[in-house]
Amino acid sequence: MLKALFLPFLRFKDQPFIKPIGRHLAVFSVLLALILEITLPDSGLHPPVDRPYFQYFLIIALAYFVLWPIITIRSQVQKAKIKEKDNFYAATFLLLNILNLVTAKFTLIPAIFFPAPDRILAVLVEDFRYLIFDCLLASAKLLVTGFFSGALAGLITGIAIGFSKPSAYWLNPVIKILGPIPPTAWIPIVLVAFPTTWAGAAFLIALSVWFPTSVMTSSGILNVQNAYFEVSSTLGAKRSYQIFLVGIPAAMPLIFTGLFSGACASFLTLMTAEMVGVKNGIGWYINWQREMLSYANVYAGLIIIAISFYSLITLFFKVRDRILVWQKGMIKW
Amino acid sequence: MVGSQAQTIYDSKIVPEKEPTGQTLGVITIKDVSKKFPHPDGYEVTALAKVELTVDSGEFVSLIGPSGCGKSTLLRLIAGLETATTGTLELDGEIIKGPDAERGLVFQNPYLFPWLNIFNNVAFGLRARNIYKREKHLVSKFLELVGLEKFGRVYPHHLSGGMAQRASLARALINQPRVLLLDEPLGALDAFTRMNMQDEILRIRAENAVTMVMVTHDVDEAIYLSDRIVVMTPGPGRVETILKVPLFRPRARNTPDFLQLRSRILEILHFAGHLEEPAYQI
Repeated sequence: MLKALFLPFLRFKDQPFIKPIGRHLAVFSVLLALILEITLPDSGLHPPVDRPYFQYFLIIALAYFVLWPIITIRSQVQKAKIKEKDNFYAATFLLLNILNLVTAKFTLIPAIFFPAPDRILAVLVEDFRYLIFDCLLASAKLLVTGFFSGALAGLITGIAIGFSKPSAYWLNPVIKILGPIPPTAWIPIVLVAFPTTWAGAAFLIALSVWFPTSVMTSSGILNVQNAYFEVSSTLGAKRSYQIFLVGIPAAMPLIFTGLFSGACASFLTLMTAEMVGVKNGIGWYINWQREMLSYANVYAGLIIIAISFYSLITLFFKVRDRILVWQKGMIKW
Repeated sequence: MVGSQAQTIYDSKIVPEKEPTGQTLGVITIKDVSKKFPHPDGYEVTALAKVELTVDSGEFVSLIGPSGCGKSTLLRLIAGLETATTGTLELDGEIIKGPDAERGLVFQNPYLFPWLNIFNNVAFGLRARNIYKREKHLVSKFLELVGLEKFGRVYPHHLSGGMAQRASLARALINQPRVLLLDEPLGALDAFTRMNMQDEILRIRAENAVTMVMVTHDVDEAIYLSDRIVVMTPGPGRVETILKVPLFRPRARNTPDFLQLRSRILEILHFAGHLEEPAYQI
């Protein structure tokens, strides 16, 4: 279906006179966007910006697409990579180009809710320090505090349930009843029960990480083949050694699955907590800017969130791959 | 008794064999051992009934018999992974109370710890017993013993079945156990790897004085490796007879003596088939 849509375009790419373009589609896509941005007049319905940020952005992209293949001309790996990603980058810049035409140039959609790329970039550049060092840093503090305390609590309860029958007897019902409640449903209670909203929000994030981590850790340990414990006991391993050097390593793949679900849940909780109670952070910023109808700032905030959460998840998978080198066939990120 | 009959057939050919010397330990004494398991329906199943067996120091004993004869249960009792319902098991006069490094165990599945590379798998016993710092040199020695000295940094999923089983042998042997228990150790390997590994086990045994008790389904394997073969029968599991293997080492798998002993065991187990005379006796 999708292929049929692009078929004329793909055939066009195969024409002999167009081949050189076909191999550097991204360059031409950026070039097209740049030409249209410079030549077409703005509709005038968007507030003007101090500098032509979109043009700067396109020029930087153009420089990258032209210079990078030249710098890495000797590397076959880079050559293959560039070729593979070419279509994707071309499409991305085509989309940005269309967005620019639809907003800044012709204003086919309401200017107040859909600001021009120029204005979003202007917010990102001009408010950079505030966005990063105030909002993002505040969010990061809250997230790190909540995530690590939740992960630690989840590991402790998970290991206890996995290895001790009395712990399983007392903790399992608690987890089964409290766990499935969405952490954000606790907000009304947390707002009054905690001395500060910040502590309450940290608790909610910890709660959202605790549940999946705990469940996955305990089921990971309970699913370890008994033979591994038997082998280790005939090799002279005592109980505590078996817990920490057989049970937990064997459960690691599932523990990471739990931590990953926890991380995703914690992002959600963080944003909600910031929008409801905490008076700081990137989620709060987005909500605040929305109330002021500054949608360029809202989009800028979303871009910051996307980049930082993407980086966090990438980092998470890097750490996991490092620890789980021994495992065959993992979920790829 | 059927066993004594087998003895007389081979008596003229018995040549006392020089056993691995240098140790006096590793004597297993099994006295009147029976094992019952609870059945889910409430009654009890007798897996083993009144087993009496003594395994001498440095001896290689095979437990052979059809499924349900209790041979694996007996091995697990010696390992200390199960406790006997009645009777006692002793190693060098000490009652076996639980699993211990002095009784190494190798399963059919190597069960190498997949999160540890081969070096650390073999070193596991040293670390578990807190003597790794002092005895670190043993790891490369035992890797060399099983021919895996170049594979220390490799993770288990990269190894073939035979190599993984060698690694698991090295892991059990590094503790220098008095007894090595083998639960169908070569059962998962193909026929040729299996025969290679049998020679490997004999070579390892020659270099490490250790009592070995092996559970197997394979009559040839039992004859090729053992000093004595304990033939067991099911319902309830018990020792049918104990046969001495009166063959020189190194043994050949195709000598008449070997084949005769083989047919004797198959007869005891009622698996010999319908022929009056075995087909190979022309």
